Parts: sequence; structure tokens; C-alpha cells
Amino acid sequence: MPEENGGSKEKTGVLEKVQADAAALRETLKEKTKQQVDGLKEPEKTQLYRSMFRVKHDDEPRNRALSVLSNVFFHLHPAKVNRDATKYNFTWGMGGITFYLFIVLTFTGVLLMFYYHPTKVQAFRDILYLENDVPFGKLLRNMHRWAAHLMIIAVWLHMFRVFMTGSYKRPREFNWCVGVLLMVLTMLLSFTGYLLPDDQLGFWAVTVGTNMARATPFLGHEGPLGGLLGMTPYNDVRFALLGGSIVDANALLRAYIWHCIAIPLIVSIFLGVHFWRVRKDGGISGPAPVMLESEIKEERNPRPVVLRPSGMSQHDK
Amino acid sequence: MDWHQLWEIASAPDNVPIVAMLFLIPFYLWYALKQGIENDKLIAILESDANLAKTKYRKTQEWDPKWEREVHTWPYLMRMEFLVAIIVTVLLMVWSLTLNAPLEEPANPNVTMNPAKAPWYFLGLQEMLVYFDPWIAGVVMPTLVIVGLMVIPYIDANPLGNGYYTYKQRRFSIWTFMFGFVGLWVLMIVIGTFIRGPGWMWFWPGRTWDAERVDYAVNRNLDQVFGIDGSWTSAIFHVTKDQGAIWARVVFGIFPLIAFFIVAAILVHWICMRTEFSRKIYQRMSLLQLVTMYTFLIFMFSLPAKILLRLVFTIHYVWVTPWFSI
Repeated sequence: MPEENGGSKEKTGVLEKVQADAAALRETLKEKTKQQVDGLKEPEKTQLYRSMFRVKHDDEPRNRALSVLSNVFFHLHPAKVNRDATKYNFTWGMGGITFYLFIVLTFTGVLLMFYYHPTKVQAFRDILYLENDVPFGKLLRNMHRWAAHLMIIAVWLHMFRVFMTGSYKRPREFNWCVGVLLMVLTMLLSFTGYLLPDDQLGFWAVTVGTNMARATPFLGHEGPLGGLLGMTPYNDVRFALLGGSIVDANALLRAYIWHCIAIPLIVSIFLGVHFWRVRKDGGISGPAPVMLESEIKEERNPRPVVLRPSGMSQHDK
Repeated sequence: MDWHQLWEIASAPDNVPIVAMLFLIPFYLWYALKQGIENDKLIAILESDANLAKTKYRKTQEWDPKWEREVHTWPYLMRMEFLVAIIVTVLLMVWSLTLNAPLEEPANPNVTMNPAKAPWYFLGLQEMLVYFDPWIAGVVMPTLVIVGLMVIPYIDANPLGNGYYTYKQRRFSIWTFMFGFVGLWVLMIVIGTFIRGPGWMWFWPGRTWDAERVDYAVNRNLDQVFGIDGSWTSAIFHVTKDQGAIWARVVFGIFPLIAFFIVAAILVHWICMRTEFSRKIYQRMSLLQLVTMYTFLIFMFSLPAKILLRLVFTIHYVWVTPWFSI
């Protein structure tokens, strides 16, 4: 009996415990749930949120600055910028538009790569497949093509703006050079992409384009003094570009690799330098206060330029 | 007037960017000059009044002494960036929904496209093939363009106009750039797109692109115009007439080239010395800067010179040598 009692006592003990726990839970459940739900009303106080965003995003100067500085994507920007530079009329937004189009092109380009084989047998069929069967395939291809054209126009207008505002002048000379290279790379990106549909348009455009390489002085077999280095159609610079003496399967593969991997990588590196230098050269150049002819200083030797944290000119008073 | 032909060229999907550029470039040129002229007015006021120059706010933008010079990137700049990104996306979407990317027949090396055109942004180079041999048009000139652009900051000795639009303070550099960018590069793209038809022949806008058309244009080399046939050289050096003709052409061609370089150098120098301000800037330039600038400008002028020779005087080569011709 004692055993039974003990046993039953124990059993009742466990049962009671569970029941007690359940009762306690029933009492506190409401409160805890309420706490949790109330907590969600202020998501910025949750551990999850705080682990992602290190600063509060409320509307006070310090946090406005920190939200830019502590975000890896935004920290390309300084915390503060020249008041007048935020208007459209100075920069025309062309540099930013170019970069945005580069992102759009990378995004649509990666999606296009899922449907494309860089082989003579399949390339053209892949485009037909993309245009007729792949959901939104036509839109995808159109967007990639038009964004590429738009990017070239945006690059040119960006260069035009930088020229017209004299922004290439000291201390930004070097960044202008990086920009020129980026422009050339943009056009090469577009050009290498032209061949990829493997249609008549791309084939003849690339044929015309690479035929010029035949005539490279010294390095092309039809170029002046090409014979001097023993150039033939099978070892000259055009052969290196096409991977053959005609635009064929190897040329398609080379164009594909240049277009999808090599040039984008190079462009990304140069872009990094370009943006970095914009900041290190003192932010964007203006709109700066005008300088007068009477204020030109007599100096012939380049002097070191004191870095300023933002786009404010040295002559700002 | 073949309106259909005109429409066919202008509405070809790949030509849309050029049609767009025909509007965009004049617009932004106007936009830049408008702000430049506003700044020039302010500069003129400040130049005439030394006291005002010390106190007045030196921008045409609105200004209140109570305002801070700098504003927070977030939200003032970034909201603009996001807005522009949205606008570009919408524009791109609409464009992509309404206009299809071109796709021709599968590539076929046996069927030549006529005209076979490079992508529109390289049409300037292709148009240059009319005036120069491929090694110049396709290799030397592009290299000069790229390097020429890169040396701009190092040869521009004018310290004014750094970071604001102006026309009066940078007349020379603006005209030079406009000449190269709009007058040569963009214009040649426009010619390559709208004017050059089958056989890369010149079709005025509205003329039907007739692939059967035959041009009887007789392009002659400059030595032929002058009747250089090598009779002198063969007599003097006792060689055959053919060999004599080769050497006579080589020697003859040097003279027009030298003449071009002299005339172009004088022209460049004259342009550089036109105003008192540009003479002042000239004084600031180092010898290396001068030589670099003059060289690139002379090479830039070689293109319009050759265009003129070819299109107006139907002259093909100026200097014919056994190794290359210019």
C-alpha cells in the first residue's frame, strides 16, 4: 500500500506539477503573448533587428548621419553633402544613373545567362527560346539591350557634365582618367554583347569591328609593318581577339567570357577606384562658389591639395 | 523624297538611342550653358565690384545665411537617388515593353549584310574608315581619342571654372571639347546612321537606299592630281619608271603633310592666342603641356581636313608609300 500510495503519490505529484505548470502558463500566457505582440510594435528594439541595424533610425542629426555611415551600401556617400549638390541641375544624376544601369544590366544579365549557351549550335536557338517560351524572356532581353544603350548615353552625358563643370581640374585629374577608361570599358562591354545572339546583326558588326584589328600597326597582318613581326592571319592580334581567323565558335565563346566575366570584373574594380577617389578628392566638385579672374594665383608647380571632407571648395568663404 | 526610307532608318530599334541623342545632347548643352551664363553674370558683377566680391554669396543658387552649407545625405540626397532610380526603371520598362530588341537571321558568313554596320556608338570609327586606312581609323585614332581625353586635365592650365558651370571663363576648352565631341564624334555617328546606306555610299536623308546604286565618284590620290608619274626620278636615279614613280610619290607626299602640320599648328596657335585671357593661360603652361596640347589638337584637325579633301575634292590619299598610305 505504501508503495501504491507512494506510487500514486508520485503520479499525482507529476500530474499536479504538470497541471500546476499548465495553470501557471494559462495565467501568464496572455501576458507573455501580449508582451511579445507589444514588442513587435517596436521592432527596432528586438534582438533580431538590433543585430542587423546598429543604430536607431529616428529623425535626429546623429542617427541620420549614422544610418549612412554604418550601412555598407550607403557609406559610399559622405554623411553630409554640399546643399546645392542635391539639386538635379548640377550633376544631372548621370553618374548615378550610369551606375544604376550597370546594376540593372548585371541583374538582367545574370538571369539571361541561365538561358544561354555560348555555342554556335545553341546560341541563336536560345534567343528564340528566350523570346518565345521563357516567361518574361522577351522583356528580359529587351531590358538588357536598352539598358546597355542607355548606359552608353548616360556615360557620355556624365563625361559631358564633368567637362562642362570643369570637375576634372585639380585635384580630380586622375579620377577623370579612370572615368575615361570606364567609358571605354562600357563601350567594349556593349560591343562584346553584340555578338552573343549570334545573328546577322551581331556577326557583321563584330566582323567589321575586328577587321580593323587586322590593320593594327606591327600587330595586325594587314597593318603597316605587320610583316616585320611575322604577322599572318593566324597569329595576329585579330586572331587573339577572335580565337581564330574568322568570327566563329571560338569568337562567340571569347565574346561571352569577356562580356560576362572579364570586363565586368575589371569595370567593378575601376568603379571602386572611381567612387573611392570621388570621396578622397573632396567629394563632388560643386556647385562651388565662382572664382574670379583677378584671383588667379601665380603658381606653376602642382601643390598638394588639402583634403576636405565634402564638396566644399577651398575658396568658399 | 522617300519618307518611308527616312522612317525606316529613324525607327530601327537600334537607332532609337541616336534619335534620342539628337534631343538629349542639345538639351543638356542648353542646360549647361544656361547655368554657365547665369554664373557669368554673377562673375561680371563681382569682377566689377571688389567689395561686393568679398561679401556676396558666390553662387547663383538660393542662399540664406541661416541655412547650413551642408545637408544630410539621408534624406536629402538619397531620396533623389532613389527617385531617379525609380524613374529610370519605369522608363526602361516602358521602353522594353513597347520596343523589341532586334534579332536578324542566324549568323551567316556567306550572306553579307549591306550595309554592314558596327553598333551605333562605334559608327564614328566606321565612318572614319572612309577618310583613313583601317590602321589609322580603327587603331591610331581611337588611341589618340582615349589618350587625348585623359590628358585634358593635365594640359588645361586654366584654374577657373572648377566646380561650376561657366562659359566666359572657359571659352577655349568648351569650344574645343564641343568640336571634338559634338562636331566630330556625334556628327560622324549621325552620318554613319542616317546618311550611309548600302555600300557605305552617301545617301541624303530621304533618298531611297538602293543596293544596286553605283557611284561613279573618281577618287584620286593627291600625287595623281599633280601628275606625279616618276619620270623625273627615274631619269635622275636611272631606275625603271615604276620604281621611280614609287619614290616620287613618297617624296611628294611629304610636302602636303608638312604643309598640313604647319598650317594646323598656326591655326591652333592662333586659336590659343585669340583673347587676352587665353594668352594669360598660355603663359602659365609648361613646355610639355603646350607641346602635348598642340599635338593632340593638330591630330584632331587632321580628321576634318581629310573629310574636306575626300568629300569636297574627292582626294583619296595624300601620301602614298609602299608600306602605308595616309
